[in-house]
Amino acid sequence: MKSLSFRQSGSARVLPGFGLSMGISVLFISLVLLLPITGLFGQLAGLSLAEYWSIVTEGRVVASYAVTLGAAAVAALINAAFGLLLAWVLVRYEFPGKQLLDALMDLPFALPTAVAGITLATLYASNGWMGRLLEPLGFQVAYTWVGIALAMAFTSIPFVVRTVQPVLEDLPAEIDEAAMSLGATDGVAFRRVIMPHLWPALVTGTGLAFVRSLGEFGAIIFIAGNMPYETEITALMIFVRLQEYDYAGASAIASVVLFTSLALLLAINVWQGRFVRRLHGGNS
Amino acid sequence: MRRVGDAPAVRGLLILAAVLLSALFLLLPLVAIFAQALSSGVMVFWENVSNVYTLHAIGLTLLIALMTIPVCLVFGVALAWLVTRFRFPGRRILQTLIDIPFAVSPVVAGLVYLLLYGRNGWIGNFLDGYDIQLMFAWPGILMVTIFVTCPFVARELIPLMQAQGTREEEAAVTLGASGWTVFRRVTLPNIKWALLYGVILTNARAVGEFGAVSVVSGAIRGQTNTLPLHLEQLYQDYNAVGAFSSAALLALIALLTLATKAALQRRATRREAIL
Amino acid sequence: MRLPLALSAPFTRTALALALGTAAAGATGTAMAQERELLNSSYDIARELFAAINPDFVEWWQEEHDEEVSVSQSHGGSSAQARAIMQGLRADVVTFNQVTDVDVLADAGLVDEEWQDAFDNNASPYYSTTAFLVRKDNPKGIESWDDLVQEDVELVFPNPKTSGNARYTYLAAWGFADREFDGDEEQIQEFMRQLLANVAVFDTGGRGATTSFIERGIGDVLISFESEVNNIRREYGSDDYEVIVPPMSVLAEFPVAVVSENAERNGNEDLAQGYLDYLYTEEAQRTLAGFNYRVHNDAVVEEFADEFPETELFNVDDVFGSWDEIMETHFESGGMLDQLQRR
Repeated sequence: MKSLSFRQSGSARVLPGFGLSMGISVLFISLVLLLPITGLFGQLAGLSLAEYWSIVTEGRVVASYAVTLGAAAVAALINAAFGLLLAWVLVRYEFPGKQLLDALMDLPFALPTAVAGITLATLYASNGWMGRLLEPLGFQVAYTWVGIALAMAFTSIPFVVRTVQPVLEDLPAEIDEAAMSLGATDGVAFRRVIMPHLWPALVTGTGLAFVRSLGEFGAIIFIAGNMPYETEITALMIFVRLQEYDYAGASAIASVVLFTSLALLLAINVWQGRFVRRLHGGNS
Repeated sequence: MRRVGDAPAVRGLLILAAVLLSALFLLLPLVAIFAQALSSGVMVFWENVSNVYTLHAIGLTLLIALMTIPVCLVFGVALAWLVTRFRFPGRRILQTLIDIPFAVSPVVAGLVYLLLYGRNGWIGNFLDGYDIQLMFAWPGILMVTIFVTCPFVARELIPLMQAQGTREEEAAVTLGASGWTVFRRVTLPNIKWALLYGVILTNARAVGEFGAVSVVSGAIRGQTNTLPLHLEQLYQDYNAVGAFSSAALLALIALLTLATKAALQRRATRREAIL
Repeated sequence: MRLPLALSAPFTRTALALALGTAAAGATGTAMAQERELLNSSYDIARELFAAINPDFVEWWQEEHDEEVSVSQSHGGSSAQARAIMQGLRADVVTFNQVTDVDVLADAGLVDEEWQDAFDNNASPYYSTTAFLVRKDNPKGIESWDDLVQEDVELVFPNPKTSGNARYTYLAAWGFADREFDGDEEQIQEFMRQLLANVAVFDTGGRGATTSFIERGIGDVLISFESEVNNIRREYGSDDYEVIVPPMSVLAEFPVAVVSENAERNGNEDLAQGYLDYLYTEEAQRTLAGFNYRVHNDAVVEEFADEFPETELFNVDDVFGSWDEIMETHFESGGMLDQLQRR
């Protein structure tokens, strides 16, 4: 395996365009992504380590981490289940309105987050279309962390659907046909034969959705209620610091979110890469 | 032959669940937007849409999107080519770096641009000496829009190009094709749908971006006001119908791009079927 | 004048002409061609106010100086606007709702140090106070600040950390308690703690709070500027809501200033000065009163006497000292507000 992948990578240099694509990529990443981020660290440089620590561990900020992480986790789990179901239905079945359903999946990306926020708050408030149905049953959505999770789930659902869908499409029919012809039930064949192929995409999509939820502001703020210690999200804490002209404080909290997210994304990329290598025997 | 989930009962149940949940979760908000926009009648909707400030906001928003797409396209293809066709140290890091925009809250993204290119930032300060203003003018809006949208094309292409491998391209090169020909004749046909989908996502996000743009725009009506900013202002001014009219426009732009994609896709599959 | 050719409006206009057809471009084009243009940076809820004032000003300037000018508006949170100007938004004048936000610009050297002396009444051509909006027939019998701390009363006002208008709410309540308890710090804090505990939703801005109160039906009392609660009542039905002006409240100034550095650069010094002077004319004061702001012009005050109930307004300086001190003691991280909300 090792030697194979080495040979592959050697022969890959046959392809042209290394210099050009490297040049464009590095230039772009440096100018557009890294250079501005240095501004963030420039702000941090003005803080001592103790100051930094006391900003990012202040009680209310810590409470906001808990709210944000908790709600994002719930949203990610909902999205994992819902996203898998949707991807499955969109790939495997033919039915009237399928194209419409497919198009609908991209809506959360296309809608400005503020619009999503206003609309969701309108729908789930106690006098909204949904709120009126749910409230008598004892579910309060708007102004609780359930509302936060809902808004997060809404803005990040396409990540799961759009990562799982292509993998499911590429899955050869023989795989599950073979299992079925050997007498496996739907459940067993799905769990044993199909899921192993879907896991990486599902985890990647769910991970991306989770990361997206950590930074979301516009869609959440209208439905959150923003009560100290209960429904304040971390993005709001950053926003508050900005209002106080406290760039260093804002940058400090933003850096916590940034590092958490980047670490998660790196983990996803490494894991995904390892998986693809396993699948294609070093052909990545 | 029978495949998993082919039993009519399972099939029906799953489709029903998917459709119902989507309707509740995704379609209902969309309907609510149009319901609110048209709640005072078509005429009021039209008046709001044809307002001179709204028209300017639409124009600026589309213009920014039009300028963003080619930049993201070139970058996305170059990066995807680089990380999927060559192995070199730092490849994985590079791939993670392009996710920075996903990891940075849009408001913070706007802020870092402001701190660098604003009058107190070191680049901004330098440019100010030549009376060049980037922030609070359209170049600033374009810059942050490129920042938040640049991962989409690359993210769509990388997994696909990774899965497809390099054999076809290597064969073409061995047969003496030039780099550009290989890309146009071999790679492009393979990635065109992913490319298109990346462009559509880029466009959708570029048109709808609010957080980052709100920091660097200054929101001067008739000058630097994009449609999402305009919408928020109308909402602030107790003009819910006006706000949702703009929201409906944005939703329409989104639906239009999605419909275009579906139509192109269908035509292409039909042509392939004929051949 | 403002920008080099490549980055300035003509390019946007040409491109827009391609995107939109000539109609819209023509409309924006003629407005911008050659004539001097003033940029006013202002707070969020003042959009309609200045949309009404600006055409009158343009006419007034034309009569006085025989020159055609135009006025553009940039609106946002008062602090966000100040931040934008420091980072290069080329506003000629500011019309804010927070004294501190003009002070920030003065500290940065963009506005004259002595800006409060540049115009009458502390450079505040109009003012307001903090008032209550309650539901029809005032079911909870809210008349003053001490009614707000009863156990069964729910309040809606934005987060004082993100909203200037909520800072006034906080200060007004504190000022009331200060008198009520004769300066007994412990009792004042207990009063404030109860008040904050009664808040049902902390929106980030005034508009969000209004939506929560009106459209979501949350809370018994919405607290905001008097001008704003009247505006809301007119907008959402005079029969369903009542405005209560408490017998004692805070004087909220709406400071204006010329951003001298920008005005000079844009060649608009006289225009900027003229614009702010205009806000003190009888005509502008009448427009302002029409938007439920309290004004200084005697004739207009008399004319609108019925609209503004008499109430005792205290000056924040008299109770709290300077705005710098207020921000530091009460609103900064770890300050009094944070302590009162800590659990």
